[in-house]
Amino acid sequence: MHPKSIDEALAGLGEGAIPLAGGTDLMVEVNFGHIRPEHVIGLRRLAELKEWDGQRIGAGVTWRRIETHGPKGLAEAARTVGSPQIRNAGTIGGNLGTASPAGDGHPFLAAVDASIELTSTASQRTVRWSEFFTGVKETARRPDELITAVHLPAHLPERQCFGKIGIRNAMVIATVCAVVTRADDGKTTVALGSVAPTPIRVTGAETMISSITTPTAGDLVEFQRLVSEEVRPITDHRSTEEYRRHGAGVLARRLLERCLT
Amino acid sequence: MIVELTVNGEQVTARVTHPGSLLDLLRDDLGLLGSKNACEQGECGSCSVVLDGELVCSCLVMAADAANSSVTTVEGVSPEDGLHPVQEAMHRAGAVQCGFCTPGIVVAAVDLFARNPHPSGTEIKEALAGNICRCTGYGAIIRALEAVEIGAET
Repeated sequence: MHPKSIDEALAGLGEGAIPLAGGTDLMVEVNFGHIRPEHVIGLRRLAELKEWDGQRIGAGVTWRRIETHGPKGLAEAARTVGSPQIRNAGTIGGNLGTASPAGDGHPFLAAVDASIELTSTASQRTVRWSEFFTGVKETARRPDELITAVHLPAHLPERQCFGKIGIRNAMVIATVCAVVTRADDGKTTVALGSVAPTPIRVTGAETMISSITTPTAGDLVEFQRLVSEEVRPITDHRSTEEYRRHGAGVLARRLLERCLT
Repeated sequence: MIVELTVNGEQVTARVTHPGSLLDLLRDDLGLLGSKNACEQGECGSCSVVLDGELVCSCLVMAADAANSSVTTVEGVSPEDGLHPVQEAMHRAGAVQCGFCTPGIVVAAVDLFARNPHPSGTEIKEALAGNICRCTGYGAIIRALEAVEIGAET
């Protein structure tokens, strides 16, 4: 069905239909015969979901739009999502719905403490990112709820840098991805993807580096060590625990260096 | 299921098994075999089409979700009396090896030049990041596209 409004989409959701955003995850499952959804709610043309009002980004906003109009750290992440074809179709809401541990958009949302807006026919709630992600491809969204928007805080850190490690430059799923932000007062946040079941913040490393106005080379080494120590990666078909742990520290340190210059 | 949509400027009615893809609809029902079916996961770009003005992988579009949309396939990029400048340039440069990726690359490149008539080499490479050539014939493809003169023929 092609709902004309969020209300129409929610009514369909209540009857057990599956929401379809850009299709870049769902259709792979269909093509490979893993799922065969009978009733689908096509959200692609739902204008309400494409609204982007300052700090509120509609769930239907594509990575292509974020690449050109998003805050720096999120735009840098958007640029590494799939290919132009994928970025034209894939949306920020769909990325959250899939909730892959490797989702490129997630570290930024974690780094700036974004919230996710969940809407049902009965109510609307806004859930902090850390409560939204509950496990590998698992979220706090109830079956009767639609992800309708992402809320960014009113004030974003002055400096934000995204980075990603993968086996090639283009069209790659992250082995490790990360965002480091640093405010003028030194407050630093570090969020990583692909190194735990959900995106994570490494608070030990954050606290250590936030208190230092002008980090020395030795401070950076210690920061890298703390990041590597705090992440919880696994070995899978994409990489090993050991490499991810090492990569997480190196990537975070390099992003911090970029924030400091 | 029956899906009505516009393909290459023509209003068509197509039949497809739900939840099949737009690519299935184009190839199996409409017989438009230019869009290729290879990876079925959006990695290779050989099924690239323009859907409602956006370059996408037709294998990742549910056919039902393309209802009442407008689609341009590789069969629809050239003018009636010849080739699109992108096709012309690739033909001239011999930027084709086995040819399987060529339609997807043509569609992606036509979309690029529609948005950016004078792309740099880097912009061309980024625009083609979603199109894989198994023959690795990228050098000739990039050189061909660097030589495209949009507007020169018209």
